[in-house]
Amino acid sequence: MISADLNIIMPEIVLSAFALLGLLAAVYTSKDGLAGVLVWLTAGLFVAAAAWIGLTGATTRIAFNGMFVDDGFARFAKITILLSAAAVMVMSEGYMKSRGLLRFEYPMLVVLAVVGMMMMVSAGDLMALYMGLELQSLALYVVASLRRDSIKSTEAGLKYFVLGALSSGLLLYGASLVYGYAGTTLFAGIITTAQSGDTSIGLLFGLVFLISGMAFKVSAVPFHMWTPDVYEGAPTPITAFFATAPKVAAMGLFARVLFDAFGNAVADWSQIIALLSVLSMFLGAIAAIGQTNIKRLMAYSSIAHMGYALMGLAAGTAFGVQAMLVYMAIYVTMNVGTFAFIMLMSKDGAPITDINSLNMYSKRAPGRALAMLVLLFSLAGVPPMLGFFGKLYVLRAAYEADLAWLAIAGVIASVIGAYYYLRIVFLMYFGEEGSEPLDVKGGTLLQGMLIASAVIMVLGIVNMFGVENAAAAAASTLVN
Amino acid sequence: MIGLEHYLTVAATLFVIGIFGLFLNRKNVIILLMSIELMLLAVNINFVAFSSFLGDLVGQVYTLFVLTVAAAEAAIGLAILVCFFRNRGTIAVEDVNVMKG
Repeated sequence: MISADLNIIMPEIVLSAFALLGLLAAVYTSKDGLAGVLVWLTAGLFVAAAAWIGLTGATTRIAFNGMFVDDGFARFAKITILLSAAAVMVMSEGYMKSRGLLRFEYPMLVVLAVVGMMMMVSAGDLMALYMGLELQSLALYVVASLRRDSIKSTEAGLKYFVLGALSSGLLLYGASLVYGYAGTTLFAGIITTAQSGDTSIGLLFGLVFLISGMAFKVSAVPFHMWTPDVYEGAPTPITAFFATAPKVAAMGLFARVLFDAFGNAVADWSQIIALLSVLSMFLGAIAAIGQTNIKRLMAYSSIAHMGYALMGLAAGTAFGVQAMLVYMAIYVTMNVGTFAFIMLMSKDGAPITDINSLNMYSKRAPGRALAMLVLLFSLAGVPPMLGFFGKLYVLRAAYEADLAWLAIAGVIASVIGAYYYLRIVFLMYFGEEGSEPLDVKGGTLLQGMLIASAVIMVLGIVNMFGVENAAAAAASTLVN
Repeated sequence: MIGLEHYLTVAATLFVIGIFGLFLNRKNVIILLMSIELMLLAVNINFVAFSSFLGDLVGQVYTLFVLTVAAAEAAIGLAILVCFFRNRGTIAVEDVNVMKG
């Protein structure tokens, strides 16, 4: 029945209705004057929706004849997406207000993007997949060029748009081939046609196109070209958003397609994913070395991290998916803290992104420097921090799936990558006295987020706050 | 007799022309938008051909969705392009180079 179907997508409906009503309310009242309120309302609504989704039972529910799947995997991904988006919203209000960027469209576009992401991770059909992906992408193109009067921001938006549209085209061409050779767009139908070693050549071509389209969205090498420019050009809170929720959603979509639609043909795609993974890890680690702009550096860092997450997928097992989910949850938490620190980097109110400005930062702001040190160690994967356990998980998944070479490559890439994280630590603690010290006052809320994230990286090693078991339960609903 | 493979060939050719348009074009960003449109329309030919071949309507429904999204995409692309032009004063592809990547 349609009412039962609607009931299943109720969180998405509520969020979409909120976005439309918020737009109307802002247009008919004080326009951008309402933006601050909307940002906080959005953050509150995200947290409420995450709690709501978390409290629905552990059953798998299917709506619209299989087009929309609400299972444990989707719920885990949705909660991660919603909470990270809420964290970014909370962080961005003060930053954007002080720079005259707080427009009412911003929170509403983020809500629409999040609805698209929720649709992506719940897609059970190529059509639902495409609509969710486009809803997310179209909102993100606009958000990237939010600073209309800046060349960099509009250029970032333009580059993101052109390459994003190209990737959508590739994905769509793949979808059309899959439809033609499987005879259906439903994942449940495709999986019966796509059997390992017995997949028709047309279906394989479709799969490859689908994978390249999705690899664009997770910014895996060789489809990563847009990432550094978009990260650098977009305003910092928006970069923080790009680095968190959309990555989880795209990863969730990746897993959804590979396991729900091509779960019987693991041997056909495992090698492709392993190749994407190893290229991303090495390019992310090596290309970041020469960067002096911290936002570009974080872009390469996110490319490398996506490589590790893909390693979990390449394993093609339930444990691999669990490792990927754990890795993404940890990655998002680390990035929220790191971007809180980047947002704190300013001089006389103007944002600074040059890492050389961090020279001897520890002398002036020891607390912030220490928190950043913990986060950087965690990003690099130094043992006592949570980031290490994330890496350990995916390495183990790869090893157990007879991809030992991939695990070894991962370790080597992580050693190379540690260099540029530790270089920032070196600058903060042992650098030369800089001529232009950064502001250390203000930003209580950002500092709170930074410290909270760092504390989680240390305390999380006790039991990962239960994320481990939740991820295991989520993975078991996707892979069986 | 025109069969499925003819339609697929046309679609694949148009798709490849679209991709080449994106990568080889050095002149104008508008041409990029046209290339993107060409790619999406090539996919639509694929969908309709498969739909007719399989006797299944889903492909045609998909086509309508793709057309709608393509329109929205073009609108957003042009809007971003207008903002870019206001700041930069040019829409030549080689001038989209403030950030090196």
